[in-house]
Amino acid sequence: MTKQVQQLDRVIIRFAGDSGDGMQLTGDRFTAGTAEFGNDLSTLPNFPAEIRAPAGTLPGVSSFQLHFADHDILTPGDAPNVLVAMNPAALKANLGDLPRGADIIANTDEFTKRNLQKVGYATSPLEDDSLSEWRVHAVPLTSLTVKALEDFDLSKKDAERSKNMFALGLLSWLYHRPTEHTIKFLEQKFAKKPDIAKANIAAFQAGWNFGETTEGFSVSYEVKPARLAPGVYRNISGNQALAYGLIAASVQSKLPLFLGSYPITPASDILHELSKHKRFGIRTFQAEDEIAGVGAALGAAFGGALGVTTTSGPGVALKAETVGLAVTTELPLIVVDVQRAGPSTGMPTKTEQTDLLMAMYGRNGESPVPIVAPMSPSDCFDAAIEAARIAVKYRTPVMLLSDGYLANGSEPWRLPEIADLPDISQEFTTAPNGEEGTFLPFKRDTETLARPWAIPGTPGLEHRIGGIEKADGTGNISYDPANHDLMVRTRAAKIAGIDVPDLEVDDPDGDARVLVIGWGSTYGPIAAAVRRIRKGGGKVAQTHLRHLNPLPANTGEILKRYDKVLLPEINLGQLALLLRARYLVDVISYNRVRGLPFKAEELAGVIQDVINSDQ
Amino acid sequence: MNGKGLSLVPKTDVKQSLKDFKSDQEVRWCPGCGDYAILAAVQSFLPELGLKRENIVFVSGIGCSSRFPYYLNTYGFHSIHGRAPAIATGLAASRPDLSVWVITGDGDALSIGGNHLIHALRRNVNLNILLFNNRIYGLTKGQYSPTSEVGKITKSTPMGSLDKPFNPISLAIGAEASFVARTIDSDRKHLQSVLREATAHRGTSLVEIYQNCNIFNDNAFEQLKDPEVRDDITVRLEHGQPIASASKAVVRAASGGLEVVARDSVSDDRILVHDAHNPDPSVAFALSRLDEPAFEHVPIGIFRQVSRPAYDTLMAEQLDEAATRTGAGDLSELLLGGDTWRIG
Repeated sequence: MTKQVQQLDRVIIRFAGDSGDGMQLTGDRFTAGTAEFGNDLSTLPNFPAEIRAPAGTLPGVSSFQLHFADHDILTPGDAPNVLVAMNPAALKANLGDLPRGADIIANTDEFTKRNLQKVGYATSPLEDDSLSEWRVHAVPLTSLTVKALEDFDLSKKDAERSKNMFALGLLSWLYHRPTEHTIKFLEQKFAKKPDIAKANIAAFQAGWNFGETTEGFSVSYEVKPARLAPGVYRNISGNQALAYGLIAASVQSKLPLFLGSYPITPASDILHELSKHKRFGIRTFQAEDEIAGVGAALGAAFGGALGVTTTSGPGVALKAETVGLAVTTELPLIVVDVQRAGPSTGMPTKTEQTDLLMAMYGRNGESPVPIVAPMSPSDCFDAAIEAARIAVKYRTPVMLLSDGYLANGSEPWRLPEIADLPDISQEFTTAPNGEEGTFLPFKRDTETLARPWAIPGTPGLEHRIGGIEKADGTGNISYDPANHDLMVRTRAAKIAGIDVPDLEVDDPDGDARVLVIGWGSTYGPIAAAVRRIRKGGGKVAQTHLRHLNPLPANTGEILKRYDKVLLPEINLGQLALLLRARYLVDVISYNRVRGLPFKAEELAGVIQDVINSDQ
Repeated sequence: MNGKGLSLVPKTDVKQSLKDFKSDQEVRWCPGCGDYAILAAVQSFLPELGLKRENIVFVSGIGCSSRFPYYLNTYGFHSIHGRAPAIATGLAASRPDLSVWVITGDGDALSIGGNHLIHALRRNVNLNILLFNNRIYGLTKGQYSPTSEVGKITKSTPMGSLDKPFNPISLAIGAEASFVARTIDSDRKHLQSVLREATAHRGTSLVEIYQNCNIFNDNAFEQLKDPEVRDDITVRLEHGQPIASASKAVVRAASGGLEVVARDSVSDDRILVHDAHNPDPSVAFALSRLDEPAFEHVPIGIFRQVSRPAYDTLMAEQLDEAATRTGAGDLSELLLGGDTWRIG
């Protein structure tokens, strides 16, 4: 039987199941196959904080969304074309996002009376006509898997565990994904348990063959590779890119990296990743708490290391006092905040942009710090280098604001040429800078206002620093009113004077009257929305901030150039507050704090409304 | 004990004196404060080490004692309340060529910074921690501290404090410390002898120094200084020596612990011989409890001094091992390390 093959330009798949069903792994593997095939892609994992929430319940649902296309794309997609629902809870939790006509592949084995009751279905939606608007493929994934593994010496329970690989095989057939990769992966993952490896591979192949032979799937789909810029690519998540960026920053600054960190979702992966790369001379220190993590990083910076701490949510609050110490002692330090939904513990696995004002002002006294925010998973690499450049050059702590969406999301990354990476190295001070061979630890560079960085072990430059106000130049303890005023203003001027590139505006025809501005991880959804507007003939300009402090010098001029400025943020208007205060521009805020990224369609609607109101 | 405490710190061939370690800053403690004696003892001890001065760093937290680094002509970092062990850990773990000292007090180390202290001790970071214990909050003007006796009347406890104090020695031994000692601000000779051993120890050495705050808790340790009674209540600990004074001796109690008995009531062979190197910490712990409730028989000296790898050594070994196993890091290779594909 020859099956029909249909060409598509893009597909959004969502795998959803119980948190124990291996949906993240399934999504990862499908992503790897898709990356290998050469599609552009973007992913959105979404999972509960509980390691094993009660099975079969709505809070226990874990999902992984993947958007892949034959052209460059900017987001993981708004609405799935296909939902793989491993149980009734997964169906119920995700059905609301599913547009009419989308495919649902449901694991019928799990639609038992008990499981249906758990999520409040009186009757099975697979059997009543409540799903008539969708194309439902009822597949007994569990029992087919168990049957496929009959010949293996496995308990029924163990065999059932491979059902995610059966599903992966079926989807791989449906979308013409290469299979070698997954087989190799399974062999490696279960290298020490060859029987389990073989069983998983058998389940995967059975899933593929099921698609090929069953009449339930009459059409398969092909999405051609994307025509991306030439180069070598790999798929990368934000946290991994950020970790690699820190390693690159260490190499490019010629400073040994010291990471002081305490595990916290969703930042822990950076600690895990850096811990694997000790051969770069990287010291990773899992501290007793958040405070010790940043303290140790600052201590290492005093000793001449590239000090880094990574955290999220409440961890940022705990580090505030030490960041203030870094501000006043003027030592380089990188504070990575992978923002998550708050306040307090909030929703650890969900994303938000709600720490901007905390980064900006969340310390006692006047304690300005530069803020850098990456705009996509792969951009975390460059943003980390940029944060390190500023920290080292200006001797200051830098807040690097990633978030849960960037951290766990992934996309293809065109690898940079190492030779093109910036040299961010600075010389340590080794010679006296005062009269008669004295050393003045707070005598500043006249251009950058940075103070000397003289590290222990340097003869003749012995000096003391600390949290008490220091006299200009000598650094001696000083309570002199005029000196304090001078030092407060000088520290502020140093940060305000950091060299950040001008903001660039994307306005193809140059005649848009509405500007949409964003920062950090909203870049993808905003840019996708802007494309939609332009496709429909609308005019809108877009610009995006990577430097939140200091803001690019031309920010005010750009804001004032447009009739209307729209600023979508995943908070209640934090950047809007800063822009309004600073530039007296009546920025229109659009805010949602649902723990999820914006959808392109949603933002397109908001932009269109602003354009309409400008007529 | 292992004598390797400073083996990685470069030595000077210039003869040093006390003067070399005095900074140009005016010392600003209250007249009569025990901190002066400790500062003078440390300044006159440091030349003995013969280290390059630039490779010595004093890190402190907050409190009267934490002003210490300003008065020493070495590198210094006066940090924030309670966090000195954490900051010093980052420094010492990444710079084995430095002699890193932590100066802290009973409030700084045991209240706000208690967590960092115990973790530095268990990790055995190469630090010398000098804990100035005056059993009171000085810088905040006289509230009770975590080492104040129960019932302490202070501004914040007008009807007496309620919480049981920490015994810093017991705490340190419980936290797996490899070197634990106690000395007194006024006994320079003893203080320096303890510092000598502490600096020779590679790993964390915790030295509790009884220090008099003559403003808010004067004479807290007077019995240990009063010639009339001090010999009677001081129990000197010296490795390999019987733990006894002219009038008292420490013996194993029938209950399994230790007890203090009259010297002339026991034969010499029943007197406990101090073994600071005993891997089992229980005897050292029992010694630290001898003075419960207080100031009847106060052990002074080195309670525990055992050899175990320092944290920075272990960390450096892992880095070396990683480089040996797979070669030094190569950025290009790292970035290409995943599954890659080429376009164009």
